[in-house]
Amino acid sequence: MMSHPEYEIVVGLEVHAQLLTNSKLFCGDSIAFGAAPNTNVSPVTLAHPGTLPVMNHRAIELAVRIGLACNCTIEQHNYFARKNYFYPDLPKGYQISQHTTPICGGGEVRISVSGEEKTIRLNRIHLEEDAGKSIHDANPDFTAVDLNRAGTPLVEIVSEPDIRSSDEAFAYLTVLRQWVRYLEVCDGNMEEGSLRCDANISVRKKGDTRLGTKVEVKNLNSIRNVKRAIDAEAVRLTAMLENGETIIQQTRGFDVNSGTTYAIRDKEDADDYRYFADPDLTPFVLETAEIDRIREALPALPEARILHYTQALGLTEYDAGVLTEERNFAEYFESVTQHTTYYKSAANWMLGPVKSWLNEPGRQLANFPLAPAKLAALLECVEKGQLSFSIASSRLFEKLLDQPDAEPLELARSLNLLQDSDASSLEPVIDAVLAKFPDKVEAYRKGKKGLLALFVGEVMKQSRGKADPRVTNELLLEKLKS
Amino acid sequence: MEVNDALVDKLAHLARLSFDGQEKEGIKQDLQKMITFVEKLNELDLENVEPLIHMSPEVNVLRNDEIRGSVSREEALKNAPETDGEFFLVPKVIKR
Repeated sequence: MMSHPEYEIVVGLEVHAQLLTNSKLFCGDSIAFGAAPNTNVSPVTLAHPGTLPVMNHRAIELAVRIGLACNCTIEQHNYFARKNYFYPDLPKGYQISQHTTPICGGGEVRISVSGEEKTIRLNRIHLEEDAGKSIHDANPDFTAVDLNRAGTPLVEIVSEPDIRSSDEAFAYLTVLRQWVRYLEVCDGNMEEGSLRCDANISVRKKGDTRLGTKVEVKNLNSIRNVKRAIDAEAVRLTAMLENGETIIQQTRGFDVNSGTTYAIRDKEDADDYRYFADPDLTPFVLETAEIDRIREALPALPEARILHYTQALGLTEYDAGVLTEERNFAEYFESVTQHTTYYKSAANWMLGPVKSWLNEPGRQLANFPLAPAKLAALLECVEKGQLSFSIASSRLFEKLLDQPDAEPLELARSLNLLQDSDASSLEPVIDAVLAKFPDKVEAYRKGKKGLLALFVGEVMKQSRGKADPRVTNELLLEKLKS
Repeated sequence: MEVNDALVDKLAHLARLSFDGQEKEGIKQDLQKMITFVEKLNELDLENVEPLIHMSPEVNVLRNDEIRGSVSREEALKNAPETDGEFFLVPKVIKR
């Protein structure tokens, strides 16, 4: 929200996504998170003289996947450049990055904010290696350096300055995070730093075509904090312009506790990184056939799935949205729909009992005991009137999770849970209920038709939930008529 | 291109080197000779010539995504000027 409506905020985001490889970009160290300091290091990572980098094949495929999903143009002739600067967590004195030939050029991400669609254009997606980690507060006299992370493969996804509000930034990052997870390019875990965001923020008068001087807020570690940082900068920068102050180009940090930003360094001189092609690495060429192979293996993204669910399966936009939040959840749902045509019911079971099961700590869909076919069989029992939903979703569901190989209908029968739609066995129950409430029967007959629900409820209670509500209703109406 | 004091100072800063007056004079002259030598290339018309970026025609020297080649922490820290046995220790980067 802008405090001064005559101003607008202009944001471009740089997202670093750690690729889901086993090993580093140019050597075989593991990139597993949480290892003891300086244990995933090799002579290449340590930049010992005479060592040579060799490119990880897998990283190329992962970068191409996210590029294709974002509709980028894939660069077929790639080489790496050295970005030269000194910092203790950069052992070689340069970062290997795709300065001149980003593997993906252009592209776009479509977002939706309060029902309005918008396209955020991408500038580029390029491959690069991560730096190590500097720890400033562990030792009073020194900065401690852990080089486990040095050389970890990243893609940097750079947007154009098309974002005009913190809500748009939030939506953009939400989509991007969902996509990298769907594509198994990155685990999207912002707390562990496998997805990080820098925000370039400027403010200008609406109608101005020139961009204002930008500040860069670094290392935002949650989507919410990106939103907070943008809001804070919008207020601060607007106030500066209103007071006639000059904004200087700066790198800033974000304090999560106070929700404000602070200056890290001024960027008055443009950094001089002296990029040049890395002579230690051969170029890599992506053949059209390989790009096509990667394209064909891409999973359907949420947008395509939502379209299918709403148009072909008749689900609501909302249900389709929740079903497709996670790829494995959507795929499980789709497997269920291979075994039943009660799509709406399948969606309800996924969003109800299955999601509740998953909400317990430590549970993942991969460990969900029930096969999609069994869940389909279970919900068909309900749809066909053999089981009430409440019995199926509470009691039988629990039992099935313990005996996932059992046939739902057989198990229900053996547990005596099947719905009773037999008039001859329901009639005595109904007679007993009506006999129990003679005054209510009287009142019903005098016109208090709403009392029907009470009789139905009582029959349900007496039958311990097994009475078929439709048959019960019919029998009750019949008996109350006379 | 003229190699002057300002250029030498800038390059020295970028390389984290420092020279005294006499060294600086020698470096300035050496650099001037090198640059003049390479500038000879500017006489060529390279309008439609793709830059030759790599000396070898090799492409796609790639490795499979396998974990291998790490050394122990003890070995990794062996040459560190300063260490606590767990981290590389360097002079404080940020003052807090």
